[in-house]
Amino acid sequence: MSNIMRESHIMKIHYLTALVAVGFVIIHIMIRFTHGSFANSLEFESVIANYKSIPYAIVLEAMLILISVHGFNGLRIILLELKQGNAYENAVTYGCLAAMIALIAYGSRTIIMASMGMVEA
Amino acid sequence: MTKGGALPKGFEMPSNIDSPSQSSSQEKYEEVKSSSKTITLRISKFNPEKDQRKAFHAFTVPYQRWTTVLDAILDVKSNQDHSIGVRYSCRQATCGSCGMIINGKPKLACFTKISELDSDVVTVEPMNNFPLIRDLAVGFERMFSTHKRMKPYIIREDSETNPGTKEFLQTPEDVEKYIQFSSCIKCGLCNSACPTMTTDSTFIGPQGLAQAYRYVADNRDQGKDERLRIIDEPHGIWRCHFAGSCSQVCPKGVDPAMGIQLLRGYLLGYRK
Repeated sequence: MSNIMRESHIMKIHYLTALVAVGFVIIHIMIRFTHGSFANSLEFESVIANYKSIPYAIVLEAMLILISVHGFNGLRIILLELKQGNAYENAVTYGCLAAMIALIAYGSRTIIMASMGMVEA
Repeated sequence: MTKGGALPKGFEMPSNIDSPSQSSSQEKYEEVKSSSKTITLRISKFNPEKDQRKAFHAFTVPYQRWTTVLDAILDVKSNQDHSIGVRYSCRQATCGSCGMIINGKPKLACFTKISELDSDVVTVEPMNNFPLIRDLAVGFERMFSTHKRMKPYIIREDSETNPGTKEFLQTPEDVEKYIQFSSCIKCGLCNSACPTMTTDSTFIGPQGLAQAYRYVADNRDQGKDERLRIIDEPHGIWRCHFAGSCSQVCPKGVDPAMGIQLLRGYLLGYRK
């Protein structure tokens, strides 16, 4: 990533994703408290119903992207501090980028499938 | 000849030479030693070319209220073990040569009084995060090259030495922004205390970053963008975890941790 972007830009994204993710997590928790029974929120039907609500699916998708970007960049930073060397650093950077994209793609697939009613009990 | 066994171990005078001056100075040393308080000075000894591992050698050293750790080391070097490798010069916390770990904390040996340590045992080791040359002496090459990379000079097109120009005036407020950072003596104690430098061998370090800030904050300088580009790298300013230990150990009152945070402000765009 450092070859593509300046480190300060990456860090701006890092800080911003953390702040915005906190906001979305608060919204997520508030929805859980205000909509329906909190005790039943993890029941299969409740979870599927959440995905079918488009605004809520957008909140989940946003949380997935924000936390993935922040988390994998954090992992990249930790790994870069543990060991140095061009080959290692490139492997870590592109490895984290690939893992981040894969996780977002897989998570998005789940959100889209559930919201489109493609997941049945 | 070992006059009553008074001379240090391994120090022998040739038997055919009678040296009253040397023996009297030795007696004087023994007299001072017996009349003053003593501490045990544990010195880390390691020669990378010869030794397998670091070993601590203990010496009993007399001290007075004003005796510094450097005085004690030089006392040992003069009277007990001449082979101790130690770097020093000014003895007044100006040259930044005698940085070492004293009782677990990075300090200048010439600026640390034994009486202030409040311990009967004083352990001295070479600074962390620097390549070891021998015993207490470490290599400063990387720190100096990083310092140089920060372009530690005023960058601008014109010069106050050109004919027809005047000196570049600054208000006291302008000077206040960077003056503490110009007190850096390049002793390396901040780098030695930095936890990031322990794992990240390519991290610029608090010394270099504080010097970058010193010139970025100077309103006579026009090389801000150039310097910010240098520190804005994967092993640059962003790897600081703000442990603050660099500022705690600085013997000149420089606050590199603050300088680093202020520099981040320039990079994040909320400082101009």
